[in-house]
Formats: sequence, C-alpha cells, structure tokens
Amino acid sequence: MKFGIVTFPGSNCDYDTFHAIVDVLNEDAVYLWHKDHELQGSDVVILPGGFSYGDYLRPGAIARFSPIMQEVAAHAKRGGPVLAICNGFQIACEAGLLPGALLRNEGLKFVSEPVRLRVENPDTMFTNRYSAGQILTMPIAHGDGRYTADETTLDRLEGEGQVVFRYMHGAGDTDASWSPNGAMRGIAGIVSDAGNVLGLMPHPERAADALLGSNDGTGIFESVLARVAA
Amino acid sequence: MSRFKVAVHIVPRRGLLDPQGKAVADALHTLGFKSVEDVHVGRHIVMELNAKSSTDAEKDARAMCERLLANPVTEDFEIATVSTS
Repeated sequence: MKFGIVTFPGSNCDYDTFHAIVDVLNEDAVYLWHKDHELQGSDVVILPGGFSYGDYLRPGAIARFSPIMQEVAAHAKRGGPVLAICNGFQIACEAGLLPGALLRNEGLKFVSEPVRLRVENPDTMFTNRYSAGQILTMPIAHGDGRYTADETTLDRLEGEGQVVFRYMHGAGDTDASWSPNGAMRGIAGIVSDAGNVLGLMPHPERAADALLGSNDGTGIFESVLARVAA
Repeated sequence: MSRFKVAVHIVPRRGLLDPQGKAVADALHTLGFKSVEDVHVGRHIVMELNAKSSTDAEKDARAMCERLLANPVTEDFEIATVSTS
C-alpha cells in the first residue's frame, strides 16, 4: 500500500503525516511535489495541513491550481481515496472535490488545542475501524475552520451520512451544537458524494502515537488501509 | 489592445456570519459612531490588464472573479471600476 503525500509551498504537516504512515503503520509513503504531473503509483493521496501559498487570497484557493491537483482530481474521479486534512480540506473544497467552504473561525482567533470528536458514520472507507458514536480526541490547529455550506447542502450531507465527524463540547457532554470555530452544525469532517474523499479539520497524523497524547487518529489510516487492501 | 485598470470588490455573502465585520462594527460603536448599522469586510483587488475595449476588460475581470478571485460558495463580487490606465 502506497500513500502519496502532496507537498505544496507552505505545507507543514507533510513530515508528520509521513511519520504516521511509515513509522507507525509501517506502510510505504512518497512525497509528491506540487509541480509533479504524476502520483507515482500512490493508492491513497493525502493533502496535508499547512499554509499552502501563504493562504494568499483564501486558504487553498491557489493550491488547487497546482499541476498535481489535476492528477489528484482524476484519482478522486476514478474512486481513489483522498484524505484531505486541515489545509488539505480547504484545498479540496476550493477544488470542488468536496462541497462547501471553510471560513475564518467565528472567534477570529487561531485555535490550537485537542478537541473531542464524535464518529457520526462508521460505514465509510475512512472510519470503518471506529464504532458509531465513538468519541475521539485529536488536535486542531487552524484559523479558518468554520465549515459553511447552504442549508440544502447541509441537509443532504446529513441525510446521506456524509457528515463523518462532529465536534463535541467538553468532557462527556454530548451537545453537538458546539464547535471551536463556529462550524455549521458542528461539522468537523465530511466525505464526498461517492465517499472516497474525506476532508477534516482535526489532525489524525498528530494523534497517531499514544506517547504523544493520543492515537485516536490512527483508525482513519487503518480504515483506508483495510478497505484498499481488501 | 489598450491597457485598463480594473478594480473589483469581493464581500462575504449577505446572511453568512461575518465575525470580522461584526468586530469592526463593535469597535466603531465603541468609538462613538453610533450611526453604524452593519459592516462587512471583504477584499479590494486592482488589476492592470490588456483588452480590446472596456467591455472586454470587464468581461475578463468577471471571469477571473468567477474562477478564482471570489469563492462562489461564500462570496459575492462586483466590478467597481474600469478605467484606461
């Protein structure tokens, strides 16, 4: 199994993601430069976190026109898995791989802290190692994470089980109306209509080693491994 | 071909939460500008471009807004000015 990790100018979670895949999961990973025109045989493509192109214009707005994104879009269209984390989620939305957009946090501050997430749908290729309603802890670190879409899109996402992760309020509280960034309906992660693109603001690669506080994120990588290997 | 200067305004779509606009409105109220009802913070982009006519220049700018400069999900844009430069 080969993971392709795209590095844009300004990506800063590509090495962490590489570490999670190679050192924790013992799988193959390769860095894909934003100017590349091929995915080097990657089975799974990861758009990692960071500040591609300095977040100029809007986060992700310029990265989506990188040469590699043509290949990523073609891979997604073929049904290939794409895992879009944080800035990667913003890029995927800008590229039209996922619906909606990520706007400036409601509190206008960059938020860097562990958050609790609830698994809303364990029947996706990215979440089959989790159970429904399972609570996970993963860090977030972003200034633009307020998921926004029109009401029709939000209803459709919820109706089709495309809302995969939701922010949870504090310890043990099941109120999903809260979010650290003002995200509509507390949405932290969604999958595409075909289910093969996952976008999420929290960082599973930073929660892949219990020694560093949590390994709750490992399940995402293991889920996609289980599905692609099958 | 002539050279034109085109300015575009991009603003958050009405109805969407605009925390930056709200923060600025609150600050203006604090300063005593009680007349302020609503504030929206967006972007102002100025481009110099070559086109056959001002109509073409505006058409080009509109296409740029639709494809890159504005996010169709969350923002509205308007061509503010087109002038020869």
